[in-house]
Amino acid sequence: MRLDQEEKDMLEGKYGKATQKSMEILTTLGDIFDAESMIDVHGVQIAGVSYVNLGEAGLEFLNEMAEDGKVRVLTTLNPAGMDRENWQALGIDKEFAKNQNRAIDAFAKMGIITTCSCTPYLIGNNPHYGQHIAWAESSAVCYSNSVIGARTNREGGPSALAAALTGKTPNYGYHLDQNRHGQVLVKVNAPIKGTDEFGVLGKIIGDKLVDLGKKIPYITGIPSATVEELKSFCASVATYGGTALFHMEDITPEYDKYPRPSEIVFKIDQNDLDIARVELIDKDVEIDFVSIGCPHASIHEIANLANLLKGKKVKKEFWITTARPTKKIADEAGYSKIIEDSGAKFAADTCCVVAPIKGRFKGIMVDSAKACYYGRAKNKFKVKIGSIEECVEEATK
Amino acid sequence: MKLTGRKIYKGRVEGEAIVTNDGISFYGGVDPDSGKIVEVGHELEGQSITDKILVFPTGKGSTVGSYTMYRMKKNNTAPLAIINKEIDTIIAVGCIISEIPCVDKIDINNIKTGQNLIVNGSEGTVEVK
Repeated sequence: MRLDQEEKDMLEGKYGKATQKSMEILTTLGDIFDAESMIDVHGVQIAGVSYVNLGEAGLEFLNEMAEDGKVRVLTTLNPAGMDRENWQALGIDKEFAKNQNRAIDAFAKMGIITTCSCTPYLIGNNPHYGQHIAWAESSAVCYSNSVIGARTNREGGPSALAAALTGKTPNYGYHLDQNRHGQVLVKVNAPIKGTDEFGVLGKIIGDKLVDLGKKIPYITGIPSATVEELKSFCASVATYGGTALFHMEDITPEYDKYPRPSEIVFKIDQNDLDIARVELIDKDVEIDFVSIGCPHASIHEIANLANLLKGKKVKKEFWITTARPTKKIADEAGYSKIIEDSGAKFAADTCCVVAPIKGRFKGIMVDSAKACYYGRAKNKFKVKIGSIEECVEEATK
Repeated sequence: MKLTGRKIYKGRVEGEAIVTNDGISFYGGVDPDSGKIVEVGHELEGQSITDKILVFPTGKGSTVGSYTMYRMKKNNTAPLAIINKEIDTIIAVGCIISEIPCVDKIDINNIKTGQNLIVNGSEGTVEVK
């Protein structure tokens, strides 16, 4: 791999230990993936923030990096294991809270903005078309590559941190034009509406891509999609298919930049959607937990929830997971009061996937196909998918 | 016999090989406190990899595995070195942050459990004694 003088100096330790370790990680990855050189990144999103995933080992590593490491570019964090202000009300124990804060303190020491959200693009870490970035968090990777047209590989916690501390990433994979072409033509022959339905669609396409051993779908037949629908779709297709990039005709910015794939064609009709939806509803599911905001709810979704919950009382544990800056907008707009008056709770900085709630509930209802996957696999809940309206109805009935 | 592969992480160590044809997930598949493989049904289930030269085809599982390797190093339960057929990013990053010598692109069929090896991560070579 070809390195410039500054990169060589980083590798030799002239910029300190953490920068040196970071450059070792990046050059090794670059060699493994045959990158010819490094490129500058304009922003970083770091995963591996929840103490559930990090553990004492990860924390020790972060503390070591924080001894002399400082970020060189705008860097934000993935959700933590708890709401940093309201953790007690959400049933998080003291010991966990202490450890979670130790991890966040280490990130803060390195100059990382500790916003703790899986939707950095909604709260100021928002690259423009064509910019190179190094993001972890599979749903945000998919959103930035596909919907924004920025360029990133699927980074893990340490490699994203290494990019933040050096401002560099090896130039391979999705950073290069030749790896961004659509591979499978997906024809959707049914109306798709709502975050839940876009999540169901993401599951169908993700599962199919795994079967085909392909990664990049080119999707036709979607006349329009909101930001919220696309964020739900990204989370789902990344969860089920490992997809980091898709093209959607007339919607995403690179759809006509590369040739439309024609060799592998895959059709989805209403029947396929109905079957996939049933797969996301467990038999005999008994709902005692409703959670909205996977990925983190936008201010538009919170406004809608305030409208749906106004004057009602929830009878089940009801979480709205979002970024703290979005919660603050909701506070100022008066949405938070309406929502909290109903008994629903905000869980900022965290979500139903990374909070330490394994086994705490029997059944979870969500509007997110990604949350269904992790609700089952990680937290051992039974799951049910539905629209936001259906989720509110379930919680208030 | 000297085998030549690709250097992943530097350092020269000598030790006893423990070989498997199964992939290894450090997150969930290895107990970082005891140094034993705990994945049910794994070829090495119940065996310790501590202070051995661990030889396996490739890594699998969650990216958190890199942090598990780091924890093993701190616990003194880590393997001495790692040899892979084809490295993946979890194992590569784990070796770098934990400073475990590592070489890949080695035909691991040439190595048997119990053999004495010299791994030179800086040169990318493995000597079978």
